[in-house]
Amino acid sequence: MVPLNWYLMLSTVVFMIGVFGFLTRKNIIIMFISVELMLNAVNISLVSFSHFLQDLRGHILVFFIITVAAAEAAIGLALIIALFRNKTTAHVDEMTEMKG
Amino acid sequence: MLPKLFFGYYAVVIIVLSLLVVTRKNPVHSVMWMLLLFFHIAGLYLFLNAEFIAAIQIIVYAGAILVLFLFVVLLLNLREELLIERFIGTWPTALVISVSLLILVIRAIQDMALAPPGNHSVDAIQAETHTVALGKILYTDYLFPFEIASVVLLIAIIGALVLAKRKMRSPQ
Repeated sequence: MVPLNWYLMLSTVVFMIGVFGFLTRKNIIIMFISVELMLNAVNISLVSFSHFLQDLRGHILVFFIITVAAAEAAIGLALIIALFRNKTTAHVDEMTEMKG
Repeated sequence: MLPKLFFGYYAVVIIVLSLLVVTRKNPVHSVMWMLLLFFHIAGLYLFLNAEFIAAIQIIVYAGAILVLFLFVVLLLNLREELLIERFIGTWPTALVISVSLLILVIRAIQDMALAPPGNHSVDAIQAETHTVALGKILYTDYLFPFEIASVVLLIAIIGALVLAKRKMRSPQ
Protein backbone atom coordinates (compact mmCIF):
# COMPACT_ATOMS: atom_id res chain seq x y z
CA MET A 1 0.00 0.00 0.00
CA VAL A 2 1.44 3.32 -1.04
CA PRO A 3 1.08 5.89 1.76
CA LEU A 4 -0.99 9.05 1.21
CA ASN A 5 2.02 11.26 1.93
CA TRP A 6 3.78 10.05 -1.21
CA TYR A 7 0.88 11.11 -3.40
CA LEU A 8 0.70 14.46 -1.67
CA MET A 9 4.44 15.02 -2.12
CA LEU A 10 4.21 14.14 -5.80
CA SER A 11 1.30 16.56 -6.13
CA THR A 12 3.24 19.29 -4.32
CA VAL A 13 6.31 18.84 -6.50
CA VAL A 14 4.26 19.03 -9.70
CA PHE A 15 2.41 22.08 -8.37
CA MET A 16 5.65 23.87 -7.55
CA ILE A 17 7.08 23.05 -10.99
CA GLY A 18 3.95 24.69 -12.35
CA VAL A 19 4.47 27.73 -10.12
CA PHE A 20 8.08 27.99 -11.30
CA GLY A 21 7.03 27.76 -14.96
CA PHE A 22 4.30 30.34 -14.48
CA LEU A 23 6.66 32.79 -12.80
CA THR A 24 9.60 32.44 -15.17
CA ARG A 25 8.51 31.72 -18.73
CA LYS A 26 8.21 34.56 -21.23
CA ASN A 27 5.85 32.79 -23.58
CA ILE A 28 2.25 33.34 -22.49
CA ILE A 29 1.14 29.95 -23.82
CA ILE A 30 3.70 28.12 -21.68
CA MET A 31 2.53 30.18 -18.70
CA PHE A 32 -0.96 28.97 -19.46
CA ILE A 33 0.22 25.35 -19.71
CA SER A 34 1.85 25.81 -16.30
CA VAL A 35 -1.53 26.81 -14.88
CA GLU A 36 -2.98 23.58 -16.29
CA LEU A 37 -0.08 21.72 -14.66
CA MET A 38 -1.00 23.25 -11.29
CA LEU A 39 -4.66 22.26 -11.75
CA ASN A 40 -3.55 18.70 -12.51
CA ALA A 41 -1.38 18.61 -9.40
CA VAL A 42 -4.37 19.62 -7.30
CA ASN A 43 -6.44 16.92 -9.03
CA ILE A 44 -3.86 14.28 -8.07
CA SER A 45 -4.05 15.29 -4.42
CA LEU A 46 -7.87 15.41 -4.48
CA VAL A 47 -8.17 11.94 -6.00
CA SER A 48 -5.65 10.49 -3.53
CA PHE A 49 -7.41 12.11 -0.57
CA SER A 50 -10.67 10.73 -1.89
CA HIS A 51 -9.18 7.25 -2.10
CA PHE A 52 -7.65 7.31 1.35
CA LEU A 53 -10.67 8.94 3.08
CA GLN A 54 -13.02 6.52 1.26
CA ASP A 55 -15.21 9.41 0.18
CA LEU A 56 -16.25 10.18 -3.40
CA ARG A 57 -16.65 13.93 -2.95
CA GLY A 58 -13.05 14.50 -4.01
CA HIS A 59 -13.88 12.96 -7.37
CA ILE A 60 -16.84 15.32 -7.73
CA LEU A 61 -14.50 18.22 -7.07
CA VAL A 62 -12.06 16.91 -9.70
CA PHE A 63 -14.95 16.70 -12.15
CA PHE A 64 -15.78 20.38 -11.58
CA ILE A 65 -12.11 21.38 -11.75
CA ILE A 66 -11.80 19.71 -15.16
CA THR A 67 -14.94 21.57 -16.31
CA VAL A 68 -13.54 24.89 -15.16
CA ALA A 69 -10.16 24.07 -16.73
CA ALA A 70 -11.84 23.45 -20.08
CA ALA A 71 -13.73 26.76 -19.84
CA GLU A 72 -10.56 28.53 -18.75
CA ALA A 73 -8.57 27.07 -21.65
CA ALA A 74 -11.20 28.20 -24.17
CA ILE A 75 -11.39 31.76 -22.80
CA GLY A 76 -7.65 32.08 -22.18
CA LEU A 77 -6.69 30.90 -25.65
CA ALA A 78 -9.27 33.25 -27.18
CA LEU A 79 -7.63 36.07 -25.21
CA ILE A 80 -4.21 34.99 -26.49
CA ILE A 81 -5.49 35.00 -30.07
CA ALA A 82 -6.95 38.48 -29.58
CA LEU A 83 -3.64 39.69 -28.09
CA PHE A 84 -1.63 38.05 -30.85
CA ARG A 85 -3.78 39.72 -33.48
CA ASN A 86 -2.97 43.15 -32.05
CA LYS A 87 0.67 42.66 -31.00
CA THR A 88 2.02 39.76 -33.12
CA THR A 89 3.85 38.50 -30.04
CA ALA A 90 3.24 36.01 -27.28
CA HIS A 91 5.80 37.39 -24.83
CA VAL A 92 4.60 38.86 -21.61
CA ASP A 93 7.38 41.43 -21.29
CA GLU A 94 6.32 43.10 -24.50
CA MET A 95 2.77 43.63 -23.29
CA THR A 96 3.01 46.98 -21.57
CA GLU A 97 -0.20 48.71 -22.64
CA MET A 98 -1.54 49.09 -19.12
CA LYS A 99 1.74 50.61 -17.85
CA GLY A 100 1.65 48.51 -14.69
CA MET B 1 6.38 -3.86 -2.97
CA LEU B 2 4.89 -3.97 -6.45
CA PRO B 3 2.44 -1.07 -5.85
CA LYS B 4 5.36 1.02 -4.58
CA LEU B 5 7.37 0.22 -7.70
CA PHE B 6 4.40 1.21 -9.82
CA PHE B 7 3.95 4.43 -7.92
CA GLY B 8 7.68 5.13 -8.15
CA TYR B 9 7.60 4.76 -11.92
CA TYR B 10 4.62 7.10 -12.23
CA ALA B 11 6.06 9.64 -9.79
CA VAL B 12 9.45 9.82 -11.50
CA VAL B 13 7.94 10.03 -14.98
CA ILE B 14 5.38 12.66 -13.95
CA ILE B 15 8.02 14.86 -12.32
CA VAL B 16 10.46 14.53 -15.24
CA LEU B 17 7.71 15.24 -17.77
CA SER B 18 6.46 18.31 -15.91
CA LEU B 19 10.03 19.64 -15.76
CA LEU B 20 10.29 19.06 -19.51
CA VAL B 21 6.99 20.87 -20.05
CA VAL B 22 8.10 24.05 -18.31
CA THR B 23 11.66 24.12 -19.66
CA ARG B 24 11.40 23.25 -23.38
CA LYS B 25 12.08 26.11 -25.76
CA ASN B 26 9.74 24.98 -28.50
CA PRO B 27 6.08 25.28 -27.36
CA VAL B 28 5.07 22.35 -29.59
CA HIS B 29 7.48 20.10 -27.69
CA SER B 30 6.03 21.37 -24.40
CA VAL B 31 2.52 20.48 -25.53
CA MET B 32 3.64 17.01 -26.63
CA TRP B 33 5.33 16.30 -23.28
CA MET B 34 2.15 17.58 -21.64
CA LEU B 35 0.18 14.97 -23.61
CA LEU B 36 2.40 12.18 -22.26
CA LEU B 37 2.10 13.69 -18.79
CA PHE B 38 -1.71 13.62 -18.95
CA PHE B 39 -1.65 9.94 -19.89
CA HIS B 40 0.58 9.18 -16.92
CA ILE B 41 -1.68 11.15 -14.60
CA ALA B 42 -4.62 9.13 -15.93
CA GLY B 43 -2.63 5.98 -15.11
CA LEU B 44 -2.16 7.25 -11.57
CA TYR B 45 -5.93 7.81 -11.31
CA LEU B 46 -6.53 4.21 -12.39
CA PHE B 47 -4.08 3.19 -9.70
CA LEU B 48 -6.29 5.07 -7.19
CA ASN B 49 -9.48 3.28 -8.35
CA ALA B 50 -10.89 6.31 -10.16
CA GLU B 51 -11.74 4.91 -13.60
CA PHE B 52 -14.22 7.60 -14.59
CA ILE B 53 -11.81 10.39 -13.64
CA ALA B 54 -9.05 8.67 -15.63
CA ALA B 55 -11.36 8.48 -18.65
CA ILE B 56 -12.35 12.15 -18.52
CA GLN B 57 -8.73 13.08 -17.90
CA ILE B 58 -7.86 11.53 -21.25
CA ILE B 59 -11.00 12.64 -23.11
CA VAL B 60 -11.20 16.22 -21.86
CA TYR B 61 -7.58 17.11 -21.08
CA ALA B 62 -5.68 15.13 -23.69
CA GLY B 63 -8.46 15.13 -26.28
CA ALA B 64 -9.91 18.62 -26.05
CA ILE B 65 -7.80 21.08 -24.07
CA LEU B 66 -4.43 19.98 -25.43
CA VAL B 67 -5.65 20.02 -29.04
CA LEU B 68 -6.86 23.57 -28.42
CA PHE B 69 -3.40 24.47 -27.11
CA LEU B 70 -1.76 22.87 -30.12
CA PHE B 71 -3.94 24.90 -32.52
CA VAL B 72 -3.00 28.15 -30.82
CA VAL B 73 0.71 27.24 -30.63
CA LEU B 74 0.69 26.62 -34.36
CA LEU B 75 -0.63 30.15 -34.91
CA LEU B 76 2.50 31.58 -33.34
CA ASN B 77 5.70 32.43 -35.11
CA LEU B 78 7.86 29.49 -34.03
CA ARG B 79 11.02 30.58 -35.82
CA GLU B 80 11.08 33.83 -33.91
CA GLU B 81 10.18 31.94 -30.75
CA LEU B 82 13.26 29.72 -30.93
CA LEU B 83 15.62 32.72 -31.00
CA ILE B 84 14.35 34.38 -27.83
CA GLU B 85 15.58 33.60 -24.32
CA ARG B 86 12.94 31.37 -22.72
CA PHE B 87 13.16 32.52 -19.08
CA ILE B 88 12.84 36.00 -17.66
CA GLY B 89 16.00 37.52 -16.20
CA THR B 90 15.00 37.08 -12.56
CA TRP B 91 14.34 33.35 -12.73
CA PRO B 92 16.51 32.50 -9.65
CA THR B 93 14.07 34.50 -7.51
CA ALA B 94 11.18 32.40 -8.82
CA LEU B 95 13.22 29.25 -8.13
CA VAL B 96 13.78 30.34 -4.52
CA ILE B 97 10.06 31.13 -4.14
CA SER B 98 8.89 27.80 -5.50
CA VAL B 99 11.48 25.71 -3.62
CA SER B 100 10.68 27.43 -0.32
CA LEU B 101 6.95 26.92 -0.92
CA LEU B 102 7.71 23.27 -1.69
CA ILE B 103 9.59 22.83 1.60
CA LEU B 104 6.79 24.60 3.48
CA VAL B 105 4.03 22.41 2.05
CA ILE B 106 6.01 19.18 2.49
CA ARG B 107 6.65 20.10 6.13
CA ALA B 108 2.91 20.71 6.52
CA ILE B 109 2.12 17.30 4.97
CA GLN B 110 4.28 15.55 7.58
CA ASP B 111 2.07 16.74 10.45
CA MET B 112 -1.24 15.99 8.80
CA ALA B 113 -3.99 14.01 10.57
CA LEU B 114 -6.70 12.33 8.49
CA ALA B 115 -10.42 12.66 9.10
CA PRO B 116 -12.45 9.50 9.85
CA PRO B 117 -13.12 7.53 6.64
CA GLY B 118 -16.43 7.83 4.80
CA ASN B 119 -18.65 5.03 3.52
CA HIS B 120 -17.26 4.69 -0.03
CA SER B 121 -14.57 2.09 0.50
CA VAL B 122 -12.85 0.44 -2.46
CA ASP B 123 -15.07 -2.63 -2.14
CA ALA B 124 -18.26 -0.55 -1.97
CA ILE B 125 -17.26 1.36 -5.11
CA GLN B 126 -16.27 -1.82 -6.93
CA ALA B 127 -19.61 -3.42 -6.04
CA GLU B 128 -21.61 -0.80 -7.95
CA THR B 129 -18.80 0.44 -10.28
CA HIS B 130 -17.16 3.82 -9.98
CA THR B 131 -19.23 5.62 -12.60
CA VAL B 132 -22.53 4.61 -11.01
CA ALA B 133 -21.35 5.59 -7.54
CA LEU B 134 -20.09 8.96 -8.82
CA GLY B 135 -23.28 9.56 -10.80
CA LYS B 136 -25.47 8.87 -7.78
CA ILE B 137 -23.71 11.56 -5.77
CA LEU B 138 -23.37 13.98 -8.68
CA TYR B 139 -27.05 13.90 -9.61
CA THR B 140 -28.41 14.05 -6.06
CA ASP B 141 -26.25 16.05 -3.66
CA TYR B 142 -24.37 18.02 -6.30
CA LEU B 143 -27.11 18.62 -8.87
CA PHE B 144 -27.10 22.40 -8.49
CA PRO B 145 -23.30 22.77 -8.89
CA PHE B 146 -23.57 20.44 -11.88
CA GLU B 147 -26.10 22.79 -13.52
CA ILE B 148 -23.85 25.76 -12.73
CA ALA B 149 -20.98 23.91 -14.44
CA SER B 150 -23.07 23.71 -17.60
CA VAL B 151 -23.69 27.47 -17.43
CA VAL B 152 -19.94 28.03 -16.96
CA LEU B 153 -19.26 26.03 -20.13
CA LEU B 154 -21.94 27.97 -22.04
CA ILE B 155 -20.38 31.26 -20.95
CA ALA B 156 -16.97 29.93 -22.01
CA ILE B 157 -18.28 29.14 -25.50
CA ILE B 158 -19.89 32.57 -25.90
CA GLY B 159 -16.88 34.35 -24.38
CA ALA B 160 -14.39 32.55 -26.62
CA LEU B 161 -16.46 33.40 -29.70
CA VAL B 162 -16.76 37.06 -28.74
CA LEU B 163 -13.07 37.40 -27.89
CA ALA B 164 -11.61 35.58 -30.87
CA LYS B 165 -13.96 37.09 -33.45
CA ARG B 166 -12.46 39.58 -35.88
CA LYS B 167 -13.66 43.13 -35.28
CA MET B 168 -16.33 44.20 -37.79
CA ARG B 169 -15.15 47.80 -38.03
CA SER B 170 -11.44 48.43 -38.42
CA PRO B 171 -9.89 50.81 -35.84
CA GLN B 172 -8.35 53.07 -38.50
